Amino acid sequence: MKLLDVANALSLEVKSFKDGLQKDVTGAYVSDLLSDVMANSKQGNIWITLQTHLNIVAVASMKGLAGIVIVNGRQVQEEVLKRAEEEKMPIMVTQMPAFEIAGKLYRLLA
Amino acid sequence: MTLKEIADILGATFITEPDNPDLHIRSACSSDMMSAVLYYHSPDSLLITGLTQLHVVRTAEIAGIISIVFVMNKRPDERAIELAGQKKIPLLTTPCCMYTASGRLFRAGLPGCSHK
Amino acid sequence: MALNIEGTIEGSSQLIGGDFTTAGEASTLLKVKLTELGVAEDIIRRAAIATFEAEMNVVIYAAAGWLHYYISPQGIRIRIEDMGPGIADIGLAMQEGYSTAPDWVREMGWGAGMGLPNMKRNSDVFTIDSVVGEGTTVEMVINFP
Repeated sequence: MKLLDVANALSLEVKSFKDGLQKDVTGAYVSDLLSDVMANSKQGNIWITLQTHLNIVAVASMKGLAGIVIVNGRQVQEEVLKRAEEEKMPIMVTQMPAFEIAGKLYRLLA
Repeated sequence: MTLKEIADILGATFITEPDNPDLHIRSACSSDMMSAVLYYHSPDSLLITGLTQLHVVRTAEIAGIISIVFVMNKRPDERAIELAGQKKIPLLTTPCCMYTASGRLFRAGLPGCSHK
Repeated sequence: MALNIEGTIEGSSQLIGGDFTTAGEASTLLKVKLTELGVAEDIIRRAAIATFEAEMNVVIYAAAGWLHYYISPQGIRIRIEDMGPGIADIGLAMQEGYSTAPDWVREMGWGAGMGLPNMKRNSDVFTIDSVVGEGTTVEMVINFP
């Protein structure tokens, strides 16, 4: 499934690198710990997190993740979106908490 | 959903045996950030987390979380287990990652903690 | 349940910077006290959450601090003073999502920029004073209905 289909199906608000929505999604990983994501996420995963810190872009980019979904409608700083644009990393925002968006995505990708 | 049903769905084992395996869980919160747990808590809810420190159990107790599931076979240390025992918060560990654990429980009908 | 409070009941706890294992004990003591006094559960929850966040801030950022509480028939007043680095821009620090926490703190599950907003949200009156290089004092009042 393409990231675009996921974003549409789950009404995600795309905040950076819209061109990246053509990427294929291989699954998802939910975590707020950068070391955990570095160790355990897989290439092409969607990363669901509450973290909005600048380092999320570097981690997602190093691991070749498809995109980042920020939960609970958290604001993402311009600086982070700018970095995401440079690193070609789609950042999307949902109002839903992690449990619920993970649940819906799991159903969608199943 | 009861604690026992949750354990079955997640293939989880109890680290501390619950007094009541039919304890009713009304919602779940998946998070590694403790302030989010304190912010978005709902009564009678389950915390799904990858963190195992003592202060996770304290956070749960203060937020009114009634059980904790640690993902990816993680286990807290003895002090955390002891505190959970005192506070009567059953602890479980599952081989599932947070994504799969959330996905399975959501599919089985467990709602998320209300977003405020 | 009727409140069983006469005059003002006071208590205090010392907080130690960097000590994640005892962090939360002061909030737990306050919680136990409020339960004994017959305070409503939702009020206890708000007081415990606000106090726990304040305690964690001392543990994460400061060398040491004190927590004092005063319970009267009108409500709870909690004051936390620390010997820490102080906050240069309080407006910014109050913004949800803003945090100066180092990576190791985030890896322990704190520093999402929700601590101060969480304290404010659970208090009826919230005041914060800070002097860079000296420390920070937070005072929170939670009124009984």
